[in-house]
Amino acid sequence: MSKLRTGVLGVFAHLDTATDAIRRLKREGFTVTTYAPTPRHELEEAMETPESPVRIFTLTGAFTGTAAGTALATWTSIDWPLIVGGKEIVALPAFSVIMFELTILLGALSTVAGLFLLGRLPHIGPPEAPMYHPSFTGGNFGVFAHAPRDRYDDVQKIMTDAGSEEVLVDHR
Amino acid sequence: MATETAPTAVRSAFHPDVASYEQVNRDANRLLTKPGKGYLALLGLAISLVGLMVIAELHNIWYGLGMSGLTNPAGWGVYITTFVFWVGIGHAGTLISAILYLFRAPWRQSIYRFAEAMTVFAVLTAALFPIIHIGRPWFFYWLLPLPSQRHLWPNFRSPLLWDVFAVTTYLTVSSVFFFIGLIPDIAAARDTATHPMRKKVYTILSLGWRGTDREWRHFTRAYLFLAALATPLVLSVHSVVSWDFAVSIVPGWHTTIFAPYFVAGAILSGVAMVVTLMVPVHRIFGLGAYFTETHYDRLAKLLLLTSLIVGYAYGMEYFMAWYSGELYERGVFWDRVTGDYWWAGWSMITFNAFIPQLLWVPRIRRNLNAFFLIAMFVNIGMWWERFVIIVPSLAHSYEPWKFMNYHLTWVEASILLGSFGWFFMWFLLFLRYLPGLSIAEIKEVLPPPMRHHGPADHAASVDASGTQVEHYPTGYYA
Repeated sequence: MSKLRTGVLGVFAHLDTATDAIRRLKREGFTVTTYAPTPRHELEEAMETPESPVRIFTLTGAFTGTAAGTALATWTSIDWPLIVGGKEIVALPAFSVIMFELTILLGALSTVAGLFLLGRLPHIGPPEAPMYHPSFTGGNFGVFAHAPRDRYDDVQKIMTDAGSEEVLVDHR
Repeated sequence: MATETAPTAVRSAFHPDVASYEQVNRDANRLLTKPGKGYLALLGLAISLVGLMVIAELHNIWYGLGMSGLTNPAGWGVYITTFVFWVGIGHAGTLISAILYLFRAPWRQSIYRFAEAMTVFAVLTAALFPIIHIGRPWFFYWLLPLPSQRHLWPNFRSPLLWDVFAVTTYLTVSSVFFFIGLIPDIAAARDTATHPMRKKVYTILSLGWRGTDREWRHFTRAYLFLAALATPLVLSVHSVVSWDFAVSIVPGWHTTIFAPYFVAGAILSGVAMVVTLMVPVHRIFGLGAYFTETHYDRLAKLLLLTSLIVGYAYGMEYFMAWYSGELYERGVFWDRVTGDYWWAGWSMITFNAFIPQLLWVPRIRRNLNAFFLIAMFVNIGMWWERFVIIVPSLAHSYEPWKFMNYHLTWVEASILLGSFGWFFMWFLLFLRYLPGLSIAEIKEVLPPPMRHHGPADHAASVDASGTQVEHYPTGYYA
């Protein structure tokens, strides 16, 4: 279900008031987007955030790297099979460095790809939560409740009761 | 319970002088403000040294590699020494940013950005040297896994190719790790920037970061996995660099201790360089609230630990040379302390193994001037260590008829000096244009702003103004 693009934004100076607002809003059935200057487990708990699937990207990338390293070193050696000093053509102990380095390299790059795809970065196009306040990278926490216009009053009341410093309503 | 009365002040045990999240933003942004004359002078000096390096390298290219002091059998000299030195410098950065992150060390937050920047620029400097050393830099692509015109591929059994893969992977992964960590902080700089050009650049670089729950959720996981991947990478890179030597049969190189010995040496030199950068930045920008006594104390202990490992490795090398009964091995090691390079051999032992022992004394390791001086000695000593491993071993290997000493030329000396200019130029530019303090991560170890506090079970104290202050070891409440 896509999130509503209209809603109300609460600016909170305190973490506990923000988590209080989140819990109340969720209890009332609103979808919430939060903003924080730093990751806080209290917010994650209030939001009941599930585990990020970035790890799947990491694992896939790492295994692809191992396979690519093995394939590259093996194939290029077989391409010109010249025995030097009685050494194996496919010398896995010697190839292990290449396999390891490509495991790390592709694992790291696919982790970043996972972050970008799942986190929707770079943030272009219409935002999922249309309102933002520059103080969210400073010291304030933000709670945006995705709500239809006829429920703005309910949301505003919840925000104010929870201890919001400022409530901004999306009038666009 | 959210009904208790709030105590008057709650502070981080690691940063007792940082009062709020906003203060972190203010202090980090202060680093980005108009630079003083001292900064411009330092930047000018660094750029001049880079100019010197460019002139020397053009000379090297125009007249050939004969302009260096490289000879037979000492075919590796200052270029490879400096390459190994700079790769090593990078290691403490990743140690602090990745390994200490996995161990949840709460004292890494305020220094890791410096250390990480140092890593990226050090590896960027190191990467110049194999290209300079090959003499014909336009053929650098021969190092890449590409087939030649005769369909010959590079030899994947060669340690030199392992090195290309290790260093390139390290540069890529540490740059990615550095940039990903920077994104939330660039967004913080974007939100307070007043200069339109800066605002525009930070807007692009922050990738539209707003700190939503979705962004943080994936960011924290991605950062964790990047740290988990970077950790074995740190240990592997200098091990691979050491195998450039250890896999050969040159006396003084062919030893099994090289991988852990090089890694410990790398961390020793890296920590020394972190301190070399931290102390002036601390003094110039007044960052005492972030670089506290605890930070220096722990860095000193890390330096001491790695110095002990390196000292043990030095001793073990001499023991094995003697105990193996291997004539040529004994010859090389005896030559290191009594031969033509005795001064280099003794500098390395004194600076890296003996002088850091002063850090056992708490008063010395907490004294910024003394610690800075010791770190400088280690920086110099670690360069000599790489020199001592490389040059005397080659110049004094099996047959006495081919013993031949190596003398560095002005071209090599200029390129060596220029490498420092290149490193410091990038570091100074970084300080001026990107957040040098990790804004979001420092906030993680600060107690969050709360309207209501739960019952605290941490020791409280009363400060000079009579305010009740509770110190929390991390940013989390009990």
